[in-house]
Amino acid sequence: MLYLRLENVSLGYGKRTVLHNISLEAKPGEMLGIIGPNGSGKSTLIKGITRLLQPTSGQIFLDGRDIANIRRQELARLVAVVPQNPALPELFTALEVVLMGRTPHLGLLRYEGEKDLATVQKTMEATHTLDFAERRVAELSGGERQRLTIARALAQEPKIILMDEPTANLDINYQVETLDLARQLCRKQDLIVVVTLHDLNLASQYCDRLVMLSDGRVHCQGIPKEVLNTQTIREVYGAEVYVYPHPINGLPATLIVSDKDR
Amino acid sequence: MALELLKNATLPKKATIYPIRWRSRVYAIAGLAILLGITVIVTLAIGSTHIPFDTVWHVLFAKLPFTHAEPTWASTVETIILDIRLPRLILAGMVGAALAVAGATYQGLFRNPLADPYLIGVSQGAALGAVIGFMLPISWQAASIPLLAFTGAILAVAIVYSIARVGKTLPMTTLILAGVALGAFLAAITSYLMIASGDKLHGIISWLLGTFSLTNWWQVTMVAPYIFVGTIIIWLHARPLNVMQLDEEQAQQLGINVERVKLILLGAATMITAAAVCFCGIIGFVGIIIPHAVRLIWGPDHRFLLPLATFAGAIFLILADTAARTMLAPTEIPVGAITAFLGAPFFLYLLRKRKRAVF
Repeated sequence: MLYLRLENVSLGYGKRTVLHNISLEAKPGEMLGIIGPNGSGKSTLIKGITRLLQPTSGQIFLDGRDIANIRRQELARLVAVVPQNPALPELFTALEVVLMGRTPHLGLLRYEGEKDLATVQKTMEATHTLDFAERRVAELSGGERQRLTIARALAQEPKIILMDEPTANLDINYQVETLDLARQLCRKQDLIVVVTLHDLNLASQYCDRLVMLSDGRVHCQGIPKEVLNTQTIREVYGAEVYVYPHPINGLPATLIVSDKDR
Repeated sequence: MALELLKNATLPKKATIYPIRWRSRVYAIAGLAILLGITVIVTLAIGSTHIPFDTVWHVLFAKLPFTHAEPTWASTVETIILDIRLPRLILAGMVGAALAVAGATYQGLFRNPLADPYLIGVSQGAALGAVIGFMLPISWQAASIPLLAFTGAILAVAIVYSIARVGKTLPMTTLILAGVALGAFLAAITSYLMIASGDKLHGIISWLLGTFSLTNWWQVTMVAPYIFVGTIIIWLHARPLNVMQLDEEQAQQLGINVERVKLILLGAATMITAAAVCFCGIIGFVGIIIPHAVRLIWGPDHRFLLPLATFAGAIFLILADTAARTMLAPTEIPVGAITAFLGAPFFLYLLRKRKRAVF
């Protein structure tokens, strides 16, 4: 079983430390949500797990191995990222972009074969992107591009998928569809899915456990019921909200309270 | 590990469209390679002395190993074909190929449609080296000028590279800015030297505009290894270059060693550009126009773009040089002027015809 474990990890850019002493764990089949206000270090955490940033202290373990000792190509076979607002080359077709997800499985001289095409076709089927496989990226909408990067991440056949704000810029139907898909993949293929979200209701509904970041530190972590309540949200976000059990499943649901009702 | 969830999904049997397009691009590469051969044969016949095609063919055929054709042609004809026109054609072809493939590489690396092989100082370094070569009181300038031009080109890029490098990374924007700034500095020195050059100015200017008028076999054999090796290295990195079109972070997250690929491709593209310009001068326009034309016609996948641009660049510069030596014969027009004169209208036509994103 492949575990993701962060032990006292600090991350930063140059001398500025963004994340301080982060410790967390995720196991296969689990969806871990990272929540916290803008600037709390959610995206930095994802850069750390994919080794775009080296921890200034602490270690990140995959299956007991420090990722500092894993070659980049092998790391890409284990960890895939769905970036927030990724730059995609406009002239390439959707299919060509998803095929790039096969990169970690191919050597310098190997081109994509039937197996790679078959894998890509399955991931495109699952993400409903096959319909526009032949269209150029320039012609695709924001939601279509988002699903394309999910298809590309799946094409890497990873053990861990990191999603950076996958629902930002999406309409509510695509928000739900995207996270439904993420959870299905997580459960059926025993993937670890780490997802950063700023929508607390989506976080509550979809994540098994939540890590709430505040100013680069873990404020609290646990199942949604433990993490999301009026007090933590006031402390971390400085917002007045009303949290009550969701009428269908009892998970915490957050309602905003405007100033006239406070 | 496989996508169990998705295995049950019903699928069309095969991705039908992609392999077909793949094949058509392979045909295009083969087609351009054949067209290059035809271009060589046809342009060998053209010139101030007209030589019939079948004579050209026979002279070439007689030079193949294990063939013994009795010469039915004058020895001057053989000299014109084999010692004057053929080396010139081959050098023009190699230079065109090198500039086109280096241009495509730079555009890919910088993700910038305006990038060309001269973006980060190669041309200004080569020009300064060449001008120094013209002015030094050395008797054997045929060797000293190209050597100084080559060295100047490589040195300029090396300086730009070392200025732009931050720790283990190479920010591409810094690289461009450093290249532009150093280029302006070197160009200033070159301008001063040109003013001070007196009667050598004519030679300098015709070198700067680019010309193949003094090509011989020795030049071909000097340049060929660099261009050949560099082009192969670039071709081999076509897929990483594709992935780097995403952006550097995504490319790294897909397992590409971005810094190493940048270093290899910059090095190879710089080497072949320096080799291309050192004998024949700064020929403009090929490196920017050919890759874009190929991209417009066959798409942005570097695995096809790079070889297609190589052959298209060779064909284009051979034709341009043929025009340069025949249009106002016996006066030669600088080939750099011809590339822009012929290339620009063709490119504008392509832009107009394909009304969609170019890059």
